[in-house]
Amino acid sequence: MTSQILAVITLSKENIAGGAPIFIEPNKEKMQQTAFTLEKILDAMVHEVSEDTLIVVRHK
Amino acid sequence: MFKELLANEFVFPLMLGFVFGILCRINLLRTDYRQYPTYPHGKIIHVSLGVIASALGALAIPALLKENYTAVTFLTVAAQQFRDVRNMERTTLNEIDKQELVPRGGPYIEGIAMVFEGRNYLVMFTSLVTTSAMILFQWWGGVIAGVIALAIASKLKSGKTLQLIVEVEKAPLRVEGKDLYVGDIYIMNVGLEESQKVISEQGMGFILIPKDANATVTIAHPGQRQAILHDVATQLGVFTDAGEPSLTPLVKRDLHTGRLGVFLLPQVKDQERAEAVIRAVPILESVFRMPQKTNAAKQEV
Repeated sequence: MTSQILAVITLSKENIAGGAPIFIEPNKEKMQQTAFTLEKILDAMVHEVSEDTLIVVRHK
Repeated sequence: MFKELLANEFVFPLMLGFVFGILCRINLLRTDYRQYPTYPHGKIIHVSLGVIASALGALAIPALLKENYTAVTFLTVAAQQFRDVRNMERTTLNEIDKQELVPRGGPYIEGIAMVFEGRNYLVMFTSLVTTSAMILFQWWGGVIAGVIALAIASKLKSGKTLQLIVEVEKAPLRVEGKDLYVGDIYIMNVGLEESQKVISEQGMGFILIPKDANATVTIAHPGQRQAILHDVATQLGVFTDAGEPSLTPLVKRDLHTGRLGVFLLPQVKDQERAEAVIRAVPILESVFRMPQKTNAAKQEV
């Protein structure tokens, strides 16, 4: 598989563990903002895993 | 010396074949929406190769008639030469494709490269037919044969388009939170609200319904799907930039029925034109499959 999770942005840090950098945000708005910034910086795509967790993925 | 040259009985047949060959190449050399071959240098390359091809085609029969049998080995040199044309086109297009916002994809490039090689053979065929006809039946025979060969070459020029094998239907684009659908076909997961907004404003959806089992297998090929996306992007523009993977036009397949959900992000949001473009997408030769032709699968695939 060539896709790779570059970062995780979440509201509930107790649900997340693992290799990628994790950004913990206080609310949804902040979460979206951070995701937007990271997407532009990393040239990658943001996906929503669940309501309170976003991941930044590089495809290919 | 000039007189000596004209004394050769094959000079006029050769010249006529040569001229018809070049006419054939020029007739087949069109720069259309694909912007390929590029003007002017790409054209110069292909006209020059066309000149070589028509010279070789014209020479073959007179050489044989002069009992110069080894001259026929020239034709093998020609075949080698034109295989290199295919390689050259493939390399160039692959290089360009790396920087393309919506790439052509390998099979499309292969198809274009194949066309370039094939057209040189058509040129050789035209000049060969013209020269031999003139040797056999005077100048008028050569002209008639040349015109017929030109017509055959033009007929062989263009392949088939998607409208022959699929129905194209407009379908609503639905952004339901993170999920993006075209009609009932799931396309992708979009996490950013910003991107969701852009997609629902700029996006456009189509569903392609295959007409038979051959079509189902053909349009399932990722190369064919990439060709659709590339053609729409070149003709209607694309609302994305390098490094914006969330704004990528995509085609997804409905596994149960073999239908394709086409999600587009054109710069010009014109559904009628987009539909016309999709209908006119070439069916890639190397991708076309005909499972219905086999005995093993006479039943519906």
